[in-house]
Amino acid sequence: MNVRWAKAVAVVVAGLLAVGCAPSTAPSSTGGGDKTTGTLRVWLFDEPNRTPKERVVKEAITEFTAARRDVTVDVQYLAVQTRSERFRGAFNDPASAPDVVEFGNTDLPEYVAAGGLAELGADVDSWAEGKDLDPDLRASATIDGKLYGVPWYVGVRALYYRTDLFAELDLAPPGSQEQLVAAARKIRAAKPDLFGLAVGGKYTFGALPFIWDAGGDVATRSGDHYTAAINSPQSRAGIRAYTDLIKPDNCPPQQCADLTGGKTVELFASGKAGMAILGNFNRAAVEAGAANGRYAVLPLPGTKPGSIAPAFAGGNNLGIMRNTQRRTLAADFLELLASKKYQHEMYDAMGNLPTLTSARTELAATEPFLKPFLDTIAAGTRFVPLHPAWGRIDAQAVIPTMLEKIVTGQATIEQATDEAATAINAALAR
Amino acid sequence: MSTAPTALAEPRSRARPATADRRTRLRWGRRTPLWLLLPAAAVMLPLFAYPIYQLGLLSVLDFRQAQVSGGEPTRFVGADNYLTLLRDGKFWSVLLATVGFAAACVAATLAVGAALAILLTRVSRWPGRVLSFAAMAAWAAPAITGSTVWMFLFDANLGLVNQVLGLDGYNWTYHRYSTFALVGAAVVWHSFPFVMVTLYAGIRAIPGQVLEAAALDGASHWRSFRQIVVPMIRPLLVIVTIQSIIWDFKVFTQIYVMTSGGGIAGQNLTLNVYAYQQAFAASEYGLGSAIGVVMMLILLLVTLLYLRALRRGGEPL
Repeated sequence: MNVRWAKAVAVVVAGLLAVGCAPSTAPSSTGGGDKTTGTLRVWLFDEPNRTPKERVVKEAITEFTAARRDVTVDVQYLAVQTRSERFRGAFNDPASAPDVVEFGNTDLPEYVAAGGLAELGADVDSWAEGKDLDPDLRASATIDGKLYGVPWYVGVRALYYRTDLFAELDLAPPGSQEQLVAAARKIRAAKPDLFGLAVGGKYTFGALPFIWDAGGDVATRSGDHYTAAINSPQSRAGIRAYTDLIKPDNCPPQQCADLTGGKTVELFASGKAGMAILGNFNRAAVEAGAANGRYAVLPLPGTKPGSIAPAFAGGNNLGIMRNTQRRTLAADFLELLASKKYQHEMYDAMGNLPTLTSARTELAATEPFLKPFLDTIAAGTRFVPLHPAWGRIDAQAVIPTMLEKIVTGQATIEQATDEAATAINAALAR
Repeated sequence: MSTAPTALAEPRSRARPATADRRTRLRWGRRTPLWLLLPAAAVMLPLFAYPIYQLGLLSVLDFRQAQVSGGEPTRFVGADNYLTLLRDGKFWSVLLATVGFAAACVAATLAVGAALAILLTRVSRWPGRVLSFAAMAAWAAPAITGSTVWMFLFDANLGLVNQVLGLDGYNWTYHRYSTFALVGAAVVWHSFPFVMVTLYAGIRAIPGQVLEAAALDGASHWRSFRQIVVPMIRPLLVIVTIQSIIWDFKVFTQIYVMTSGGGIAGQNLTLNVYAYQQAFAASEYGLGSAIGVVMMLILLLVTLLYLRALRRGGEPL
């Protein structure tokens, strides 16, 4: 609900921006510097409960400034909802821009296209812990071979299921997509007021693992440009597997066609669903509901028995603004925040999954809840096309529209995927 | 009736002013309204003309996020944004749906508002107050709050409406027309109070003798409403109709909130939501501005046609 309200507010802001800003006519010039003293400005995202994050960051600042007497670090916490306005402002006016920033990994291509971020490849290569960075995650911040962000933490989705229901119906935890579908139908058949596996037409990140597992993708890259692949035979097979779940024998279209990911969290937490595809970040919501103490988590199974369907690696990166006046200081502070020590502390404080492989291995040994999520990451994660057009494809609801047309019978899989491919190609071409 | 001849006779009794004097006075007389308009113009021009100029300017530019942040130069693309729009099949179907939806909402708002205004003139004090209060509450509710409450009421699993009707699990926003009907009801609920209050004031201002005379002449309620009340409140009807057309054509919040941004597979998109989704959320400010200009032109056209039809149909407004 919050996001929806925020969007409505954003409309007004966007409207004002669109009429208020005189069109700029020339690209801004690059102007960086490398001062070693003064104030280093840092933008991090605000959180619903910021205190633990702030405590960790303060500790990092104390460590950072202890060795650098002439440096102060000024941290501002940005509201996630208004981040794009703030970033736009920072790109337009380097004088008031920060040096180090935290940003969502799907926002990266847009910021890079706007020319706002500095390249970090050399910094990370010379950083001792840089080699420990998960290669899939490093790829999610790399455009045209250049690295623009250091993945700071990730979130992945896996299969939450109700242990009490599975015991009652004598079901084994599913080890393949076939078993998953069979379990879902069995739950629905035995308990008609429950959904077997809660899935929704507006749940893009629930559908993508099915598409990736079948060998498909939203768009594929050849050379330096992307082409839509959502209508390839592999993608269609994955889409068929997902949309077949939005049927009366599991999750009827009447109720599930317009479900968002957030709604499936509510359904599973309130005990209305036997299974759901939720993230490690949804743990608190599930434990606040009726499902608390009656659930377990598994990696989402793929079609091949024993395999794991690739998950979308959502998360946040740390980056450096291209116009920074303190390039080296910024890189040093970024490397400190992204170090194993602080990734561990951020996990303890916020539950953020580390991006350094060794940090994850250590965590898996101490936190059994995380095991399925860490296994999912280890099996390989995927990402949306690294192209500014992804923002447009997402905003225009191309994938939800495609899924909803299929599940409501307004179009066949072939028609809907062809239509989506046209929309994706049009967005990529602009 | 006795005052009319005196009023007519008055100018005649005055001495005629000199011709030159009269001309000056006439010129000044003509100019006075312009002077009086100045303060309004001083506010309106910066607040409306400049944004509209900017809107028009953006609509002929290739203006996206990269241009806003200065990453790429702004390019003049002429009518490209408009052509993109006109060639987009979805735009036409959304436009059609918007026109139909707005027309139905305007008709329903006017019908409900007028009926309740008449009811308000007939009922006694307390029921009248309750009705006014309920209407004011609906009017005062912010669109987002109102829409959210309507969604709670019509929730598929936990909503009051489904529980009372025994329709557990029925999703009101699944079919295209039931969704439009539900959202339309919320739009009407939000906008009928303005119509009701305005028309109520208009009806109250009609001298009682006129209606009394009609009743004495044997006119039925319906006939005196149609031939006396309606013509007398005509200017108000024009205002509320134009306002309603503009409001309902531009409806955004109710659709955006109640159908999660355009309904299943975008079947409930209206032009404003479509513009937001295609253009502003996707940082395509040039294209979004083109949609804005098209909407403005359509509304201007509808308003002009409506005013003309009214002028032709009878007395000046």
